[in-house]
Amino acid sequence: MTALSSLQMAAFIAVMAAATVITRFLPFWIFPANRRIPGAVLYLGRVLPYAVSALLVVYCLKGVSIAAPPHGIPEAVSVLLIVILHGWKNNTLLSIAGGSFCYVFLIQTVFH
Amino acid sequence: MRKCSFAALRAAFPHTIPVLTGFTFLGLAYGILLAAHGFGPLWALATSLFVFAGSMQYFALGLLALPFDPVSVFLLTLTVNARHLFYGISMLEPLRSLKKPHPYLIFAMCDETFSLYCSAKEPEGVDREAFLLWIAALNQFYWVAASTAGGLIGSVLTFNTAGFDFVLTALFVVIFLGQWRDRPHRIPALAGLGSTTLCLMLFGAQDFLIPAMGLILMVLLLLRRPLEVQRKGEEAS
Repeated sequence: MTALSSLQMAAFIAVMAAATVITRFLPFWIFPANRRIPGAVLYLGRVLPYAVSALLVVYCLKGVSIAAPPHGIPEAVSVLLIVILHGWKNNTLLSIAGGSFCYVFLIQTVFH
Repeated sequence: MRKCSFAALRAAFPHTIPVLTGFTFLGLAYGILLAAHGFGPLWALATSLFVFAGSMQYFALGLLALPFDPVSVFLLTLTVNARHLFYGISMLEPLRSLKKPHPYLIFAMCDETFSLYCSAKEPEGVDREAFLLWIAALNQFYWVAASTAGGLIGSVLTFNTAGFDFVLTALFVVIFLGQWRDRPHRIPALAGLGSTTLCLMLFGAQDFLIPAMGLILMVLLLLRRPLEVQRKGEEAS
């Protein structure tokens, strides 16, 4: 099912790498050490990481349809399991592995 | 490297153990998925080495079966990784305390490395920059090694990979839950959740990401005054 040639894949990686470097370095290019950082930017730096994790959770679940089968049940069950595991043991790997195994099991056996 | 002493490595390693376990799992799954798309271990190695942005690497898997469109790959990467801008903004001040921060500190600033930059403190007598460089390098090493190993496994064995991509969802849910414990930051977390969900309903799954980021910025800037007042109150008490 390979649709890309090796050359295209290399270009694909180069484009992703360039865009990633831009997102990581841009703030440091805009605000070199001798330039004052505005208060609003500092404030955003403090609160944005919290808002962004919520955005990424929603982004990951964007394809879930409540109306069509399996009605988001595998996602809901697995996320709930993660919440329970994480509240119980507070172990990142256990929570990720538990939720993922649960989801893969549901998708491949119950809801396939 | 000038100051990358063994002491700094020894101080950095324990902080990276949770990342080691997480990246082993995520990296293996990534390598296996990439191999399932027809790209073996060397491609996993190259991507993890040069891009080193796990969530984007996972998203990119979905594009591999489509015709290659560099402009949309570029824009999608900017969008998915836009949160790095926020990390960079958060690290402007802390990194200024180093005289001339090594560019690798910024190149390798993925989600997990960023959170360690924020939380990990070096012991007395260990150079801060060397300590941070080891954290970044160890984390990237785990990611590269695990995804390459996943590529090897995936080229030899065939898996039913349906549902493997949920690893990424699980990771972000866990990060969100960890931040949720941090009570004063529940308001920005809820602002993010509400804004993104609203934009998903308004714009649909294809086009909601950029409007959602715009709305988050607006809502957070509107909340600046009350949140700063609250923060000052907590610092004073």
